[in-house]
Amino acid sequence: MSQIVLQMQGISKRFGATQALNNVQLTVHSHEIHALMGENGAGKSTLMKVLSGVYQPDAGTISVAGNPVVINRTTDARNVGINLIYQELSVATNLTVAENVFLGSELRTRWGTADTTQMVARTNEVLRSLDAPFDATTPARKLSIAQQQQVEIARALIHRGRILIMDEPTAALSDRETEALFQIVRKLRNEGIAIIYISHRMAEVDALADRVTVLRDGGYVGELNREELEPGRIVQMMVGRPLGDFYQHKTGRVPGRVMLEVENVAGGKVKPASFKVHAGEVLGLAGLVGAGRTELARLIFGADAKASGRVLLDGKEVNIREPLNAIRLGIGYLPEDRKGQGLFLQLSALSNTSMNVLSLHSRAGVVNHPALRKLTQEAIARLNIKVPGPDGIVGGLSGGNQQKVLLARWLEICPKVLILDEPTRGVDVGAKSEIYRIINDLAASGVAIVVISSELPEVIGICDRIVVMREGVITGECQGAQITQENIMTLATHATSAAA
Amino acid sequence: MSTTLSLGSKAGGGRSMGHRVFERLGMLPVLIVMYLLFYALTVYFSDDGVSNFMTLNNTMNILRQVAINLVLAAGMTFVILTGGIDLSVGSILAVSAVLGMLTSLPDAMPAMSLPVFILSGLVIGVFNGALVAYLNINPFVVTLGTMTALRGAAYLFASGTTVLNNNIPSFEWLGNGEFLHVPWLIWVAAMVAVVSWFILRKTILGLHIYAVGGNMQAARLTGIKVSTILLFVYAMNGLCSGLGGAMSASRLYGANGNWGVGYELDAIAAVVLGGTSLNGGVGSIWGTVVGALIIGVMNNGLTILGLSSFWQYVAKGAVIVIAVVLDKWRQKQSMAN
Repeated sequence: MSQIVLQMQGISKRFGATQALNNVQLTVHSHEIHALMGENGAGKSTLMKVLSGVYQPDAGTISVAGNPVVINRTTDARNVGINLIYQELSVATNLTVAENVFLGSELRTRWGTADTTQMVARTNEVLRSLDAPFDATTPARKLSIAQQQQVEIARALIHRGRILIMDEPTAALSDRETEALFQIVRKLRNEGIAIIYISHRMAEVDALADRVTVLRDGGYVGELNREELEPGRIVQMMVGRPLGDFYQHKTGRVPGRVMLEVENVAGGKVKPASFKVHAGEVLGLAGLVGAGRTELARLIFGADAKASGRVLLDGKEVNIREPLNAIRLGIGYLPEDRKGQGLFLQLSALSNTSMNVLSLHSRAGVVNHPALRKLTQEAIARLNIKVPGPDGIVGGLSGGNQQKVLLARWLEICPKVLILDEPTRGVDVGAKSEIYRIINDLAASGVAIVVISSELPEVIGICDRIVVMREGVITGECQGAQITQENIMTLATHATSAAA
Repeated sequence: MSTTLSLGSKAGGGRSMGHRVFERLGMLPVLIVMYLLFYALTVYFSDDGVSNFMTLNNTMNILRQVAINLVLAAGMTFVILTGGIDLSVGSILAVSAVLGMLTSLPDAMPAMSLPVFILSGLVIGVFNGALVAYLNINPFVVTLGTMTALRGAAYLFASGTTVLNNNIPSFEWLGNGEFLHVPWLIWVAAMVAVVSWFILRKTILGLHIYAVGGNMQAARLTGIKVSTILLFVYAMNGLCSGLGGAMSASRLYGANGNWGVGYELDAIAAVVLGGTSLNGGVGSIWGTVVGALIIGVMNNGLTILGLSSFWQYVAKGAVIVIAVVLDKWRQKQSMAN
């Protein structure tokens, strides 16, 4: 009954110095939910962008339903029935649902004008089959993220997609929305559509997948059938080594006095929050995406204005109104969105590394370039950053090296407190391990560190103590033996959903 | 001339080294090719096979014609590096020229003319900058507004006529004098370029300007006072426009409300030709100098060839677009290597 609808073979793709994909294969059948798994940076998204025509592979072949195809642009992909739903949704919020669904392929009347009646009717038909709680004329801006996702699915169905690619679709969904999405995905599968489901969440793959392909560092690791699915095995395939030694990074730390104390800090979605971090300690800030962890960090750092509350540094109350105040006090904040909020991508490693300490290496406003060069070279050596030199442009580096450049910038201020927001997001496994080592070294040297991370194994692996947030509220704290996935998840979600 | 040429031939030597030099040169090869091309054309089309395009005299002429645009373009480089734009420079130039000329009249304060030229430009620049930096209004909109309003103001200050004055000892030298056989106009433009280069490359302020243009959010999270930087670049641009007003008023011994119409576009063209990205964060004053020279060489060459000014507009527009397309292609090549 099921047949091969998609076969990708020998796919390779290189970006500059980075081999993003190396001889990767993928075989997908109809009536199948095929999970594509791998760490961040393993090549999942790149492979899917090759499949959907965003990138052209350097080598390799693609065949759909047995016929070789060449996919040079996204319309080619759509024409052979491949539709990609991006992690960042591409719904135009100023248009209606029907206009979004038919965007770029609007139906026309015989006068050449847009055939709204027809488009609305056909959209409604598809929305009904998805049990969507909105209709075709609803303005897209009124939809939740989950509903916008349904619009994208409807778009794929309108185009008679045979293969639907979903890139981490649940990243921003609540539990209930996730369950609803799963039902839709299963229904589509039963109707014969092949679904490629990208995720690195074990539980989802366990609940959904009929087959799994695992990638690691841009290479193909293997394929598992439903019967062979076993979390431990998949994780080992993803990471390439048993998990145990991956997080062995809690050595030499001696937590000292309280370095940072946050008292009833509130603002935006963050309800009054209080916690302490000791010198030489790594505190984890765990919770689901959207729990308010980044917002809390930004309040402490002065990036957003506090509505109330106070911050004490080394026992003394400090007045932080803008990031500059925090930096002068020795508080650093590595933002989660490295490219959007952290790096100056068109500038050199030197500029990026030294941007916080220019005044220390200047005289009457004139910078001492040789000193900056030396400092950058030292940082490159110390953090093992792979960059052509201090003048290398940061935009061309891999995710891991970019992150290390950003870390280097914060290390230059000799921080007392360092807040790291998703420090290993989009970073390959090797760099990840190095970043863990750097975090540990910093803590061992007495820096108070706060790590915000959505990856539970990571938080558990590197933190001494974990504070959990949910919907803007700190719901609890785990320490020592209490640090388990179950405890954290219970605090991070409504306890009732544990049964789901 | 000969030194630049030998630099060019050296670039063909080592492969990766050559590439790097080629990247550094930016649009310079285009300028050189254009210069030689115009020389060849003027020789070809002359009756007696002699061209005075490449003479010292004409070269000075080109540089003198380029000077005011270069001063404006240098200021514009600061603004565009932050990802902004300033459409009001032509109007600032007019206001500054008219105010300065009025000051120079015998019953006003002739000695104060030069400060008035420059300060009026600076004050308007600060005003633009404050609107952009502290009220967060889109720079295109802000400066479109000031461009229009200041044009009217310039006419009003001049009472709709031309303010003429042949007796301007305090700043006559600026537009008409020479120093070491080189016109002061050229010295001033060169100094503005050098000072701009120094600020952009050697000071904290300069690095912060690149940072703000490269990523405004990151700049804020790095403790850079983004508003102050924005205020500075518009103020700097205003100052350059005021200086431009002084240069043109001195050269022509007069000013009216119509001065400097369209100058903002020539300035923007020079910046863009020089490879500075309109998105901000990428570019250099060196590129702007080359860009301004390309425009100057073209204007001069086309005039000597006797092309009508209508065709000169067409040619200028075409060259701007073609040059930027070429530059994009060149950058893509160097990225791929």
